[in-house]
Amino acid sequence: MPETRSTAYDSKIEGNVIFTRFDAALNWVRKNSLWPMPMGLACCAIELMATAASRFDIARFGAEVMRFSPRQCDVMIVAGTVTYKMALAVKRIYEQMPEPKWVIAMGACASTGGMYRSYATLQGIDQLIPVDVYISGCPPRPEALLAGLMKLQEKISRERSFRNQKPQLAEKLEDAVA
Amino acid sequence: MSRDELVDSLGKAFGEKIQAKTEFRGETTYTIAASDLREIAKFCRDEFSFDYLLDITSIDNLSEEPRFELVYHLYSMLHGVHLRLKLKVSEETGAVDTVFDIWPTANWHEREIYDMMGIRLNGHPDLRRILMWEGYPFFPLRKDFPLEGLPSEMPDVAFTKVTPMEGGPFVTIPSTATSKDREPRGRPPEI
Repeated sequence: MPETRSTAYDSKIEGNVIFTRFDAALNWVRKNSLWPMPMGLACCAIELMATAASRFDIARFGAEVMRFSPRQCDVMIVAGTVTYKMALAVKRIYEQMPEPKWVIAMGACASTGGMYRSYATLQGIDQLIPVDVYISGCPPRPEALLAGLMKLQEKISRERSFRNQKPQLAEKLEDAVA
Repeated sequence: MSRDELVDSLGKAFGEKIQAKTEFRGETTYTIAASDLREIAKFCRDEFSFDYLLDITSIDNLSEEPRFELVYHLYSMLHGVHLRLKLKVSEETGAVDTVFDIWPTANWHEREIYDMMGIRLNGHPDLRRILMWEGYPFFPLRKDFPLEGLPSEMPDVAFTKVTPMEGGPFVTIPSTATSKDREPRGRPPEI
């Protein structure tokens, strides 16, 4: 007589097993422990600090671990005006971050150059690195940053954990296979 | 020593080297020749206790000759007196002597003047750009440099693009008129 009991039913591990997709499980882990790279370049960085402090408490979303080494970061929060001279450093730090990685452009300056329409200011960090979430405001309130972070979490949970989030590695593997 | 005594004795000490004297709101400005700068600066510091260089600013009077103007803002900690030294630099010369060895703070002020206005400083120990990167081809604070910038392309170093000005908060109108007509004062100058 064939075995008809379903997996884990009426066994020692009953109740401790969840069935899900691998992507969903991995994304659930990733989105709830986003370690930010605080790229504070102007006044937006003050709001970023306020977001991390106890009143707004970014730790509620698992993003309280501000790492000052790009090697340990998942999301770069570009907070402030990006000048052309600084843009090179921002790009380099972005490239040093390991995949998977995301970018939040916080405030008007990081998104579009803001009020600084001049020879010295990069008109939006998206000209150099891919941006996932734009936050309006000059500077945005901490609530706006938290809302942006939640948007990013939503986006991550919809993504495919390998092809979307590790594009460079996927490309390398494809090249190796071909 | 009061302000008037200090300024008068300084004027007497240099006599003909001072081309003009201006008083404005209780502060004195002497116009001098660029060649006399180092001598007068040293004398101001050693004999008249102007031990603090507040700032060096540069002005571009486009379409006037000589084109550039440098203003040295001095302060005497001992007497609490301000003094300005003004000198003109023509575009062909494009250089003045450094005062870095008289007031060490001049080091970065002079680098900024070189970076933004393109005036070279003779004898400066480290004349590199301070705000823009090495190799940037323009001097952005000159009046003939457009506010929206000029494109520059330097692979592996940096680039700039022309900034869209339409609807922007700061818009300039290019003109060939003199700086006095282009940028009229908000209020008439006090005599």
